[in-house]
Amino acid sequence: MRNKIFYSGKKHMDYILAAVVLVLVVLGLVLLFSTSAYNGRVKFHDSAYYFKKQLFATILGLCAMYLVSRMDYRFLVRFAVLFYLMSIVLSTLVLFIGDEYNGSKRWLSLGPLSFQPAEFAKLAVILFLTYVIRISRKKRGLWFVVRVLGMALPIVGLVGTNNLSTAVIILGIAVILIFVSNPNYLQFVGIGAAGIGFIGIFLAMESYRLERLAVWRNPEGYDKGFQTLQGLMAIGSGGLFGTGLGSSMQKLGFVPEAQNDMIFSIICEELGLMGAILVILIFGILIWRLAVTAMEAEDLEGLLVAAGIMGHLALQVILNIAVVTNTIPNTGITLPFISYGGTSVLFLLAEMGLALSVSRR
Amino acid sequence: MSGEKTYNRKKVLLVFLICAVMLLGLAGRLVYLMVFKGEYYTEKAETLHERERDIKAARGRILDANGVILADNRTVCTVSAIHSQIEDPEAVIAMLQKELGIDEAAARKRVEKVSSIERVKTNVDKAIGDRIRAYGLAGVKVDEDYKRYYPFGSLASKVLGFTGGDNQGIIGLEVTYDDILTGINGQILTLTDARGIELDGAGERRVEPVPGYDLQISLDYNIQMYAQQAALKVMEEKQAERVSIILMNPQNGEIYAMVNVPEFDLNDPFTLPFDVSVENGENREQSIQDALNRMWRNPAINDTYEPGSTFKIFTAAAGLEEGVVTLEDRFQCGGYRVVEDRRIHCHKRSGHGSESFLEGAQNSCNPVFIDVGLRLGVDNVYKYFEKMNLLEKTGIDLPGEAATIMHKKENVGLVELATISFGQSFQITPIQLLTMASMVVNGGTQVTPHFGVRVLDENGQIVETLQYESEENVISKETSDTMRYILEHVVSDGSGKNAYIEGYAIGGKTATSQTLPRSANRYISSFVGFAPAQDPQIIGACIITDPKGIYYGGTIAAPVIRDIYENILPYLGIQKSGEESASGTAGEAN
Repeated sequence: MRNKIFYSGKKHMDYILAAVVLVLVVLGLVLLFSTSAYNGRVKFHDSAYYFKKQLFATILGLCAMYLVSRMDYRFLVRFAVLFYLMSIVLSTLVLFIGDEYNGSKRWLSLGPLSFQPAEFAKLAVILFLTYVIRISRKKRGLWFVVRVLGMALPIVGLVGTNNLSTAVIILGIAVILIFVSNPNYLQFVGIGAAGIGFIGIFLAMESYRLERLAVWRNPEGYDKGFQTLQGLMAIGSGGLFGTGLGSSMQKLGFVPEAQNDMIFSIICEELGLMGAILVILIFGILIWRLAVTAMEAEDLEGLLVAAGIMGHLALQVILNIAVVTNTIPNTGITLPFISYGGTSVLFLLAEMGLALSVSRR
Repeated sequence: MSGEKTYNRKKVLLVFLICAVMLLGLAGRLVYLMVFKGEYYTEKAETLHERERDIKAARGRILDANGVILADNRTVCTVSAIHSQIEDPEAVIAMLQKELGIDEAAARKRVEKVSSIERVKTNVDKAIGDRIRAYGLAGVKVDEDYKRYYPFGSLASKVLGFTGGDNQGIIGLEVTYDDILTGINGQILTLTDARGIELDGAGERRVEPVPGYDLQISLDYNIQMYAQQAALKVMEEKQAERVSIILMNPQNGEIYAMVNVPEFDLNDPFTLPFDVSVENGENREQSIQDALNRMWRNPAINDTYEPGSTFKIFTAAAGLEEGVVTLEDRFQCGGYRVVEDRRIHCHKRSGHGSESFLEGAQNSCNPVFIDVGLRLGVDNVYKYFEKMNLLEKTGIDLPGEAATIMHKKENVGLVELATISFGQSFQITPIQLLTMASMVVNGGTQVTPHFGVRVLDENGQIVETLQYESEENVISKETSDTMRYILEHVVSDGSGKNAYIEGYAIGGKTATSQTLPRSANRYISSFVGFAPAQDPQIIGACIITDPKGIYYGGTIAAPVIRDIYENILPYLGIQKSGEESASGTAGEAN
């Protein structure tokens, strides 16, 4: 096997996937600008403050996407252990020298740039678990499941200390990769049951998490339901066709930090049910193209990489919308490509590059 | 990829399908939230975003009988600065200096103060407000407001009354009809962000104010104006303390004019006349308030007085009705009457000699009325006091009507009875006297004196015609006819001859009474007169308090009413009838 970093490919990359990504990127920038203009003006006297930062990260991300899409993903899988170790080191570092923002230490600063190791960890885990599964000779049985899951646990634990939501997503990606690589079905019923039990114990351990449940059931009855309720008010105000792009009232400080986790509620308010369902549809197409990429992949590595990316995207989109619509209790998960966050968009685009690279084989 | 690994693909497909189902479920959840719960959340969001500002509703106007506006509204403006929206502070300061005439330091202070909204000046003329708005400077707000305005200043001041800062009535008709005149305030609903800052160009939603209803009153601007001039003239001539004139329709109680000079300026009701002195020191506030209350008082209804000889109308009517006296009964006046141990004088010390009851009334002879009073007795006098509503308030639609001051029945001896008979030793209000006299001459119907006639909406459509109580046959028609005959002769041949107008049959009664204490030698001259005597369309009273020089009611008060009638009888369309027909009617009454 020749080891070339760049690889010309046997077939064209998945243009639909690329197009959907570009549509999402543009749509994301427009919606972010609309949503963040007020907060930018109030906090930084610059309506385009958030937009400009996001645009910078997006351009960087598009470059990364292009570069990665030209690479051979197997080459990257080979360095998966290195990426994994790097992400462990960065996630450890952030615990000590991270910047705190809104009560969470999640950022590492490098001059004017700041970086969120948790975002990198997700990509690293996808590559690392692909590598681990590929080198496993026997890809069935409880031992396989436990071993692979165990490999992911250090990073899950590290990320989970200050970013529980991302840790849950990393764990979810791991479960999906194991599920896909393994012919069994029944085991996963057990894993599911264990997961539910684990969540139960986890919730019972800390009373504030139980309170979160109570807030979820009745957001109007609790002070802490404020954000959720504001989101629901934004969604409910949208009606069928919305108030029009830029006309959201709820983004004017009512939904706190509207450009972050709750951005979907502002989309609902401005674009209405039709716009919101269109956004969900675009995500659906993206996930579908990632599934197709996985199913048409040349080898198991490609399949796992694409399936991991699909799992990552699907989990984040579903959990974000579920939180915003108060379908599940509140937890901080961003909406891919649309929520504000430079590191997130950079690594998401790199992931998309990886998926495109798989599609070229 | 080798065939045996197809399960990998199946599982990828399965994961995708699970995700697709979940996304579908979330879309369903959105349909629920945005379609079925949409209204609920939209309403919640709107109340969260909206801030209310009241728009004052215009207060209803007060119109005279012919639609002349007596109380109106003027648009005034409030100019405010909104610090966060000001873009060019220097331009705003310069503009405020120029348009509002305030100095630079004051303007700068308002403009540079960090507050959500800073009021610069209130009660700014609309013209200036419009000019300021025309500058189009960001951060300058001109709000319009209504202020009560009385076009004729002091005309009927104590009747109309005025309003306070919240447009609520303080005295007069403005109080009585407050509910009718008060509109429903509107609201400007503006959108604000979470910090409460109003959004530019967000479009405000207005709930339009509903103006109050107009009130049309029976007061006639022309009659009021003429009566006021007459009152001012006599007040000046006689250097009187004050003069009240009431003109009323005796048939239904509609008041055409109610003058109480000196009046005060309704557009500036809190300024005392220059000649009123107030205490200084800690009682100053109270002293000013007392002086204001005195200035605002309506003596025609808020104050009582001894009516004197005009009250002989009551004694005569009661005597005739009860049958204790007839027109032809003869009386003897020796200049006084001894009642128990008291010698009560007639105003003519030499006595009127032998006279009929009619002549006694023409002479306003005290002994005659003392005799009638004694013949009636305490029970009957009280019966008629009650029947003629003299112990109760008239129910006039003005606030603060004063109550009668009358002896307790068990304390009334013959002396008291004698003095009551010619209008002394008790007190009633001028409006009570006039209402009683109206009943006596209108055929025996007790009416409620009033101003309010109808309630109109802004298009002049009648919303409500005001109704007042009346009671018929308080005295018989015959008694009333006889009384008109007597009172016409008081004017044509007796003490009221100064009210006589060639060609008109006028009925009336004069009075000269003293204020208490009698040692102060302050007099009240009054005259009650009506016309035409056979079918009274107008009844009036003129009450002059503390005139200097000649103080006889027949000499100074009767000419005032005559002068007014001379002018307003033709105005009211009452034709000169000639003496013959007047006597003819009176003859029938005989």
